[in-house]
Amino acid sequence: MSETAPKPQQEFSPRIVAFLCNWCSYSASDLAGTSRIKYAPQVRMIRVMCSGRVDPTFVLKAFALGADGVMIAGCHPGDCHYIEQNYKTLRRYLLLRRILRDLGVEEARLRLVWASASEGPQLAQAINQFVQEIQQLGPLGWSQNWEENGQRMQALQAILQEHDSALEVPLA
Amino acid sequence: MIAQDSSVRIGVYVCHCGTNIAGVLDVAELAAFARTLPGVVVARDYKYMCSDPGQELIKQDIQEYRLNRIVVAACSPNLHETTFRNTAEAAGMNRFLVQIANIREQVSWVAEDRQEGMRKARSHIAAAVRRVAHHEPLERQYVRITPRVLVVGGGIAGIQAALTLADAGREVILVERQPSIGGHMAMFDKTFPTLDCAACILTPKMTAVKNHPNIKLLTYSDVVSVEGSVGRYTVRIRRRPRYIDEQACVGCMLCIEGCVFTRAKFPNEFDQGLGFRKPVYVPFAQAVPPIPVIDPKVCLQLSRGKCTQTCVQACGDRKAIRFDQTETIEEYEVGAIILATGFKAFDPTPIRYYGYGKYPNVYTSLEVERLLNAGGPTSGHLVLRDGRTPKRVGIIHCVGSRDQNYHPYCSRVCCMYALKLAHLVKEHTQAEVYNFYIDIRAPGKAFEEFYHRVENDAVRFIRGKVADIRPASLVGAGAGSLASEPGGNGPSDPPAMTEAPPESERLRHPQPGQKAPPPPAETLLVRVEDTLLGEVREIPLDMVILAVALEPQPDADEVRRLFGISCSTEGFFLEKHPKLAPVQTANDGVFLAGACQGPKDIPDTVAQASAAAAAALALIDAGQIELEPNIAWIDETMCSGCRTCISLCPYRAISTDEERQVAVVDPALCKGCGTCVAACPSGAAKQYLFSYEQLDQELEGILSYV
Repeated sequence: MSETAPKPQQEFSPRIVAFLCNWCSYSASDLAGTSRIKYAPQVRMIRVMCSGRVDPTFVLKAFALGADGVMIAGCHPGDCHYIEQNYKTLRRYLLLRRILRDLGVEEARLRLVWASASEGPQLAQAINQFVQEIQQLGPLGWSQNWEENGQRMQALQAILQEHDSALEVPLA
Repeated sequence: MIAQDSSVRIGVYVCHCGTNIAGVLDVAELAAFARTLPGVVVARDYKYMCSDPGQELIKQDIQEYRLNRIVVAACSPNLHETTFRNTAEAAGMNRFLVQIANIREQVSWVAEDRQEGMRKARSHIAAAVRRVAHHEPLERQYVRITPRVLVVGGGIAGIQAALTLADAGREVILVERQPSIGGHMAMFDKTFPTLDCAACILTPKMTAVKNHPNIKLLTYSDVVSVEGSVGRYTVRIRRRPRYIDEQACVGCMLCIEGCVFTRAKFPNEFDQGLGFRKPVYVPFAQAVPPIPVIDPKVCLQLSRGKCTQTCVQACGDRKAIRFDQTETIEEYEVGAIILATGFKAFDPTPIRYYGYGKYPNVYTSLEVERLLNAGGPTSGHLVLRDGRTPKRVGIIHCVGSRDQNYHPYCSRVCCMYALKLAHLVKEHTQAEVYNFYIDIRAPGKAFEEFYHRVENDAVRFIRGKVADIRPASLVGAGAGSLASEPGGNGPSDPPAMTEAPPESERLRHPQPGQKAPPPPAETLLVRVEDTLLGEVREIPLDMVILAVALEPQPDADEVRRLFGISCSTEGFFLEKHPKLAPVQTANDGVFLAGACQGPKDIPDTVAQASAAAAAALALIDAGQIELEPNIAWIDETMCSGCRTCISLCPYRAISTDEERQVAVVDPALCKGCGTCVAACPSGAAKQYLFSYEQLDQELEGILSYV
C-alpha cells in the first residue's frame, strides 16, 4: 500500500459539481446572485430541468473525473414542479450513498439539498457548508490510494462502461 | 468520449453586462480562453450582448463564419435564453443550437475572489462549448388551448377578472366556497378614500356575474384537483350540498320565515358572529345567488332527522328544499386559471395585552365594518354590546402588522381603513376618536387628502404603540391618569362596574328590538407611549377597534400545492417576477389577482384582476401554445418494454404500444422532467436538450478546467 496522502490543511480547493433543478434550486442560485450573496466559488453548476434527471451515473462519473464532492439540489418535498419527481431523487440519493460507501467514497461527498426559488441565502449557505466539509475531508485521492482503491475504481469504471455502451446507438 | 463532429462551428460571446461581469472578470481573457476550445471558430466580448448591436454582432458572425452553434456567456438562461434563441433563429439557425453559460448570477455576482471567479467562469464556458457541440436542431411543437378560464374566488378580484373575461366573449367558471360571492368587500360599509358605499358599487357587479351568459357561477364549491398543464387543465370541483335546489328556488326566502326556529339564534359568520341567523339562511340581503343555504349542523331535520319541516310547507309546490342533496363532483376543462382567493383578517386573540375576546368592548375592524353597515346586525347603528353608543373610541393601527412577533410586513390598507373608520365613527356617533399609529401610510391617489380631511374631523392622532388595555375598574386610578391628557375632555362619570355576565352573554350582540343583556359598562384604559410628547398616557375609552393585519388564507399552502405554484416567505402566493410579471406565476397557465398575492386595497385589486384577466386572455386567445422543447422520447430500437419509465411518470405521458411492446411518450402530456430518462435501464428513454451526450459533455467540460 502506498503512502496515505496527508490531509491538506489549507490550500486545498475542492472540485465540486452541483446539479440544480431548473425551477427551484437554479432559481435560488439566480436569487443568490441578484442578492449579491458571496459564497464559495469552488462549486460548478449544471442545470437540469428536474433533480429527477440526475442519473446516478452522473454522480459516479463526476467522482471518476476528479470531483471531490457532488451536490444535487431540488425543490422541497411536496413542491416539485413535476409533482413528485424529487422523491425519486431522494430514493436514488439514498441508494447512491450505499454504492459510494461500497466503492470506498465517503458518503459525505454526496449531498442532497432542497432549496426553493426564494431560498438564495439558504442555498449559498448550504454550498459554503458543503465546501467546508469537503475541505476537511480532503481530496478524494483515489490515485493516491490506488492499490487499495484500484479494484473499486475498476468496479466503478465497469459500471460506467456498461452504461456508456448501452448508450451507443447506431445513428440512423 | 464522443468524437467531435468536425462540421461543428461554434461562436462564443462573452457579455460585459456593463460592469456587472466585466467589473469582476477579465472578459477579454475569457474570450481568448474560449478561442482555444475545440470547435470554437470565433469568440468575442461585448458590452451588452442582449442589446440590438450585441445581437447584430452574433447574426453577422453566423453569416460570416458560417456558425452553427452559439454559446453566450452572460446572465442566467432564465433571463435571456429566449432572446439569444430568437437571435439565432433570425440569422437562419435552429433556435435550439444555443447554450448559455451563466457567469453573472453564478459567478461575477457571487465570487469574492477574482482568480477563483475566473476559474469558475472558464469551466462554465468550457462546459457550454462542449455541450452545445452535441445540440441537435429541434422543431417547435404546439398544442391547442381550451378557451375557457377558471376563476377561483368570488371576491372583488374574482368578480372583476370573471367579468372582464366574460365580456371578451370567453367562457368563465367562477368558483366560490361561500354560499355567496362578494368576499370581504361585501362586508364593508364604505370604501376609502371616496367613501362610496361598498354594496352600492359591488352589488351591480355581483348581479352582472349572475346574469352573464358566459359565466358559470359555482358557489358553495371548491376545487379538489387540478390535472394537466397550461392550455388544458382538467379541474374537479366539489359542490357542497345547499339542501336547496338552485334551479327550483326563486329566492323568495319564505323557507327562512317558515323555519321552525322562530328566532335567529345561530351566529352569522358573515356578520363576524355579531348577528344571528336561522339554520336556513342567506348570509346577507344582497347575496348572489339569492338562494338560501341550510346549515346541516343546526338544522333539526339534517342533524337529528326529526322536524316538522315547516320550511318545506312554506316552499310549497316549488319543492326546492332537498334534504337528500349530497356532495357532487363536477369536472371541467380549462385553458387558464386565475387565483383570486383573497386574504384572512388577522385574529388578534394571541395579542393578550389588547384583550380581544376578553373585554367585550374590544372589536376588530371587520366587526366594526359590520356594525356600521346598514345591512349589518345593528342596521348601521354603532352600539356596544350593551346597547350604549360609545362616546370615546380608540383605533389601534398595525395590529399584527409591522410586528416581529406576528407579521413583519405592512398590510398596506390598515392606515386608510382606520382613517375611514375614524371618519365613520365620528359621523355615526359624534364620539371622540383616537388613532394610535406608528406611521400614517397614505400613498395612493387622494389618500393623503383623505388623511387631512380626517384630521380636520377633529380626530385625535397619537403616535405610539398601545402597550396595554384593561378595564378602568381594575386599574382603579382612572381619574388621576386623565390629568396627563392634554386638552382631553374628562370622561363622563366612569360607570360603576357591575357584575360581569357570563362569557356567552357578554360577547353576544343585541339584536335591534330585543332586550339587551345586562350592561357590562366597562371603560377601558388604554396605556400608550405618546412618542411625540415623550410621555406615557392613559386614555379611557368605551370602545377599542383593532386595525388588524391582512394575512394569507389559512389554507393558502394547500391551495398553492393544488395549483402548482409557490408562496413567498410571508405565505402569500408568489408571482413570477415582482415587477415584470406580477400576475403570472411559475406555473404558466396560473395567474394571480388580488390579496392572495399580497395585501392590497380595492383599487389595486381591481387593477390587478383586470391585468390577470388580460394575461389569461392573451394566453387562451393565441389558440395554441408551444410545448416544452425538452420532452422525453423513446428510441424504440433500444426499448425492451420493461415499463420502468411508465411507473415513474406523474403525467401518465408514457404508455406501452402493445403490438410492438415498446414504450411511447405522448409529447402533449410530457412536461420534460427527465426522470424516466435517468431511470431507463437500457438508455432507450431520451430527453431533448438534456441528452446523455449533452450532459456528459457538460460534466466533462466543467471538471476539465477547474
